[in-house]
Amino acid sequence: MIQTRALNAEVVRADFPILGRRINGKPMVYLDSAATSQKPAAVIDVMDDYYRRYNANPHRGVYTISEEATAAYEGARQRVARFINAGSPKEVIFTRNTTEAINLVRFSWGRANIGAGDGILLTEMEHHSNLVPWQLLASEVSARLEFLCIDDDGLLQLDALERQLDGIRLLAITHQSNTLGTINPIKAITDAAHRAGALVLVDGAQAVPHMPVDVQDLGVDFYAFSGHKMCGPTGIGVLWARRALLEAMPPFLGGGDMIKRVKLTEATWNDLPWKFEAGTPSVAEGIGLGAAVDYLTQFGMDAVRAHERTLVDYAMEKLQDVPGITVYGPRDPEVHGGAISFTLPDIHPHDLATLVDREGIAVRAGHHCTQPLMDRLGVAATTRASFYVYNRPDEVDQLVDGIQKAQKVFA
Amino acid sequence: MSDDLYREQILEHYKNPHHFGELPDADITQEGDNPLCGDVVTLYLKLDDGRLGDVRFRGRGCAISQASASMLTDLIVGKPVQELKTFPTKDLLEELGIQISPARMKCATLSVNTLRVALNGDAGEEE
Repeated sequence: MIQTRALNAEVVRADFPILGRRINGKPMVYLDSAATSQKPAAVIDVMDDYYRRYNANPHRGVYTISEEATAAYEGARQRVARFINAGSPKEVIFTRNTTEAINLVRFSWGRANIGAGDGILLTEMEHHSNLVPWQLLASEVSARLEFLCIDDDGLLQLDALERQLDGIRLLAITHQSNTLGTINPIKAITDAAHRAGALVLVDGAQAVPHMPVDVQDLGVDFYAFSGHKMCGPTGIGVLWARRALLEAMPPFLGGGDMIKRVKLTEATWNDLPWKFEAGTPSVAEGIGLGAAVDYLTQFGMDAVRAHERTLVDYAMEKLQDVPGITVYGPRDPEVHGGAISFTLPDIHPHDLATLVDREGIAVRAGHHCTQPLMDRLGVAATTRASFYVYNRPDEVDQLVDGIQKAQKVFA
Repeated sequence: MSDDLYREQILEHYKNPHHFGELPDADITQEGDNPLCGDVVTLYLKLDDGRLGDVRFRGRGCAISQASASMLTDLIVGKPVQELKTFPTKDLLEELGIQISPARMKCATLSVNTLRVALNGDAGEEE
């Protein structure tokens, strides 16, 4: 049983060793958690402990430390399954990251189920990781790509959704935009997609770390996310899918661990979830992800979302003090997750990011792996500030001060 | 080398770029871009008896990319074309006179890479 704990950023910060760093002589203000989150000692320690005390290949050995490694790795899968309310841990496939999880669906389910003339419906705000795999599949099988557009507030335009779903086999959509912060109405869109006979894949890389996600309640078919954006390590991600789908899907990568019986010219597949996990898995990373889930669970994801919403509300208000600023994304805080993109009239985002780095502030500048979205917004790049459990309102103040200092340099 | 990435001279070139504009009778027009950050520079080169008779540039992007393009035009105008085909990147970096971090190097070298594409057909080895 995990002890519950109030989410007080001031206290929480002490859990993250890196936040004690100074950058250019200033305390580090880390506002790039949408790219990757920082890691609490609880996560770093369990990975260290695995390597120091029971490093062994899981699922193989009958000796003590291999059994310990198997128990820890599979225990992490159970934690993840509970965290997203999966029907069973068998539905939780460990991958390298969100990108690999989406590509697993492309190669396994996609190739078997999407053919010439079939439609794949995406949105203008997709990260390249939920766009390029479908471009590749579409060109391979002669499928067509369709897109849901956004309005000027960065919200999906859904008036024509039912018509756009005509002939669609798969709707692949982000839960929360990494660039705009928009939280999409997944449940409603999924209902419409299912009525039209399409399956739904959700890129949850920006959602699972920041809000409660219940895959059964959402009703989706595939859900992908990464460990490193939710206090866990890099190199571990998750594909959740309905068991019946996974049972029917052909394997993705072939090799050890994913087989049951191998003869010289044929093989049969292991049970779920291992059917989709070829080769020695990322054991330490899986265990680290389990610890990250425990870490977030002590606060509860409603508290994490509420904390970030407070920060976004505050930042949206404070950023209005910056002369000439354009802030993108939803005005309604209810559908604006913990990432804010903006541009300034006379300062390129790269110059701004370099200048605020002098103040110890880490923000992202660029296209955020959403080049089509940049085209839609009519900009080459934006600056993005993104928040997590360890950020405080005074860090927003420091960002605004840093922006105003940069404006003086360029005045 | 100065540590001040945004020293006065760079900002001056950014705000009031030299040789900014187009040459309607350019012999070579070459666009270069950094798709990853969206910096764009277009060079207009007018050749005159084996020399670079005149140069203009247009562009948009960060201060480093645009100031370095402006400085480059000062360095290359009037020079023999043969010489410019192998114009050393380090000459431009010295003119910038600041420490360029690896992340910003593509911004600083966009214009000189575009010059080499204009004169040689490719940018050659990355420096």
